[in-house]
Parts: sequence; structure tokens; C-alpha cells
Amino acid sequence: MDRTLPTPTPETQHFWDGCKAGELRLQRCTECSKAYFPPRPFCPVCGSRDVEVFKASGKGVLWSYVINHRPRPDMGDAPHSIAVVQLDEGPRMMTNIVDCPQTPEALKLDMPVQVKFTSFGEIALPLFQPAGA
Amino acid sequence: MKRNSVAVVGAAETTEMGRIPDMSVIQLHADAALNALADAGLKPSDIDGVATAGASPTEVAYYLGITPTYADGTSVGGCSFMLHVRHAAAAINEGLCNTVLITHGESGRSRVGAGGFRGGGGNSSLAGQFEAPYGPVGPPSMFTIPVLRYMKTFGVTEEDLAMVAVVQREWAAKNPRASFKEPITVDDVLDSRMIAWPFRMLMCCLVTDGGGALILTSAERAKDFPQKPVYVLGTGESVETPMVSQMEDFTSSRAFRVSGKKAFEEAGIKHDDVDHLMIYDAFAHLPLYGLEDLGFCKPGEAAAFTNERNTAIGGKLPLNTNGGGLSYMHSGMYGMYAMQESVRQLRGIAPAQVPNAKISIAHGVGGMFAASGTIVFSNERG
Repeated sequence: MDRTLPTPTPETQHFWDGCKAGELRLQRCTECSKAYFPPRPFCPVCGSRDVEVFKASGKGVLWSYVINHRPRPDMGDAPHSIAVVQLDEGPRMMTNIVDCPQTPEALKLDMPVQVKFTSFGEIALPLFQPAGA
Repeated sequence: MKRNSVAVVGAAETTEMGRIPDMSVIQLHADAALNALADAGLKPSDIDGVATAGASPTEVAYYLGITPTYADGTSVGGCSFMLHVRHAAAAINEGLCNTVLITHGESGRSRVGAGGFRGGGGNSSLAGQFEAPYGPVGPPSMFTIPVLRYMKTFGVTEEDLAMVAVVQREWAAKNPRASFKEPITVDDVLDSRMIAWPFRMLMCCLVTDGGGALILTSAERAKDFPQKPVYVLGTGESVETPMVSQMEDFTSSRAFRVSGKKAFEEAGIKHDDVDHLMIYDAFAHLPLYGLEDLGFCKPGEAAAFTNERNTAIGGKLPLNTNGGGLSYMHSGMYGMYAMQESVRQLRGIAPAQVPNAKISIAHGVGGMFAASGTIVFSNERG
């Protein structure tokens, strides 16, 4: 079964284009300078429409997660992490932690992680792996 | 409706009209909203009430960065917005909020991002794009995601989570209508099937069938009815985000805090005045978050409070006395049953009756910490 994938919208296209190009793209407000996610063409803090897209470092830490023991058909049979990472730039995002055992022992909160783009046809998803992996 | 008590101070449509292939549905809402805010000379942070149809008020409020104390998602077709105006007038007059934003957006022709929040266009919604691809399968693998952060921050253990389920089973044992009445231990909970680590099956709510209904009228008229009246002393509500991954704080629910504070203020009560409490428990962590976010415990102290049997039979704050979603029943939208138990307790007819209960609070959650509602009930008109 094919992986459940996002359908980009005009406001989010730059993000998904970035993933395909190997860049994690966030936005920030040029008035209050705050970085934000998910994408939208105005600042969710002050309402300004004066915002810009920038390339994020792709680095962060593991903020919280579960190990799902009832996976969806498109995610295979093995238990897998559903995680939230805290990006160095401030925003948090949901992801999967990959390239390490899917166990509480291997998945430690606050461990450094880095983005790893994985392609599924036309979409590349920003997954994360332990830093230095 | 009180005549001439409420006015329109901002009004605008989307920047473009006709064919707008470069905006999704949620952005059409936001574009119109930002234009109306500019028309009124307001910022999103000046708004404390949100009403919309088609999209969810949670998604609109979150997308625009609004923290509301009033959210109206009445959706009855094309006239929904007239109903929103009417409800907003009542809400403003009643002090539920001061400034209500009513939005509409529909990509009727271009069908960009159509379907909205969990609707037919689900893969283009915010959650559809930025959560669904990573594998969540409904509440058990979503509602639970913040909890490891809560546990690490406050030193809360798996045994602490299990104890919530154990105490609620003790209440359920007194309730003939409860689905599960057999006593359980912390070990039983920790030995039950793994659902989404750190959550085992007995930390997750039941899935059952059922229903409930309430009838309200004026307090003046209520005394003419056959049953003992249960009065609404105070109310609160709020929404935060349709995406659990975007909660401001993984150790606390903003929607719970805003809703609870408003309800206590409206009711004019202190925590010591509360005789009985219901906290919607879809999962074992919710009573812990609820006890803290409603202010019954300081951050991080609800597990110890529970372990010390304060919420158990004979404790000073009887909690989820029907057995809760974990042991009584859970049909999917459990908030109705929490209020039914509050009413039973205040009528004095609950199976596990709290002696002389006068004030009961029913606190509910919607979505995965997405929304919250709090009702303070009393059997004294005061």
C-alpha cells in the first residue's frame, strides 16, 4: 500500500519543493523576526503579511514521541516512532525518527537529530535521524 | 437578543474574487479575516471569539494566531453566518467574549485545499500535510504524543499513569452501568497490550455505544419542573490547534487553562468550593493535565495528588466518579457523559454518590487537546 502523502497547497508549495531539493524551508516575519511553521503567507504572531522563506539548518532535538504498535497498512507491520522534533530555529514539527532502533532505549528525549529527506514518488518527506548517523 | 446592543465594526471580502487558484480554503478564510481586521484597525490578538462554518473554528483560530474564549462551529448550510451573528450577539452580551471574528472561505470553483479540517480534501489540510504522512492512526497514537515530554519534565512514571486507571476502576466498581467493574492493579495496567508506547490498552478509553441528552431552560422556570434543578454557575471554552504537534506547551493544554480560568471567574468560586469533578479521560494522562491546568494542582503535582488517593473514593476531590472513559463508557464524544454524571451527583442520585455535593465541574476536551469546554454546575441557585 502506498504511503499516505500530503497534497501541497499554494501556501505550502515552497515547503514541499524545498524537501524535494533537500532543503528544510521555514518562514519568518520580517517585522517581528519570529520563525514559524506550518507555512502560511502571514505571521501568526502579529498578523503581518510581510514574511519571507528561509533555509533552516535541519537540526534539532527529539521533543516527544510514541512508538505506534498498531501501524497503518501504509507504514508496514513493525512498531514505529511518531515523533515531534524541536528545530534549532524554534518551530516544532511532526516526523518519524529513522535509522535507529524503534525502542525507548534508542529514542531518548533531547537527543540531537538531523533531517533526512526520503522520497515517495513526487513527495519527499522530512524524516529525522540521530545526529551523526 | 437585546436590541441595539451589538454592532459590526469590520467587514471585508477576500482580496481577489472569481477564480483564485493560488489560495486554499483556509487561506481564503485568513485573507478575508486579515482584510476585515485591517478594516477594523485590529490585530488577530485583539480577537477573542471565532465563528466559522465549513472549516473548523479551531483551525481558523490556530491559523490566524487567535486565543479565543468563544468558538462557534455551527454549520447548517449557507445561512450558518447569520446564526453566527446571532450567537455572537448573545455571547458578547453574556460576557463570554468581547470581539468576534466570523469567517467564510470556499474554493468552490478551483477546489484548492477544499474539504478543510479532516474533510474530503484531508491530504491538503494542515494536519493532512504535516501530521498524517508520519503514521498516526487516530487518537491512541496522536493524543499520546506530548506525554513523554510531560513525564520527563516532571519525573512522572508509567506507574503513575497506570494509577489513574486503577483509581477510576475503583469508582466504576460502584456503578452498575459501568462497562468494566473488575478491580485492576498497576501491574495489570502495565501488563496490558502495548498500543503506542508508553500507552497500554488499560490506559486508553473504551469504545462503546451510547448517547445522552440535556434540556436547559431559565433558572426562573426551572423550579416548576419535576426534577431538582441543576444550575449553570459558570462556563468556559477555548481552542488551541488542530495539530497536536503544534501545541504551545507539551506539558500543559492552553485550551484547558483558558477554558478553566473563564469558568472559575464566571462562577465566582474557589477550588476549595468544588465538591465533585469530571475530567474527560480519553487517555490516562488527561486527568493529570486537567487537574493541573484547571488549577487544582501545581504543574507536575497531579500524579502525586492521585497516588495519595485525593481523587479516589473517600478523597477530598472525587474525580470521574462514574468510572470515566477508561472504565464507564466512551462512545467517541464523551463530554456528554461527564455532564450527565455531574447532574446525577447534584441531584443526589449517582451510584457512587458524593455526600452533600453542591458544586460539580465537568471539563471536556475536543480533538487532541484541540478544544476545551468547562461547565460549573450547582444545585443551589445562590
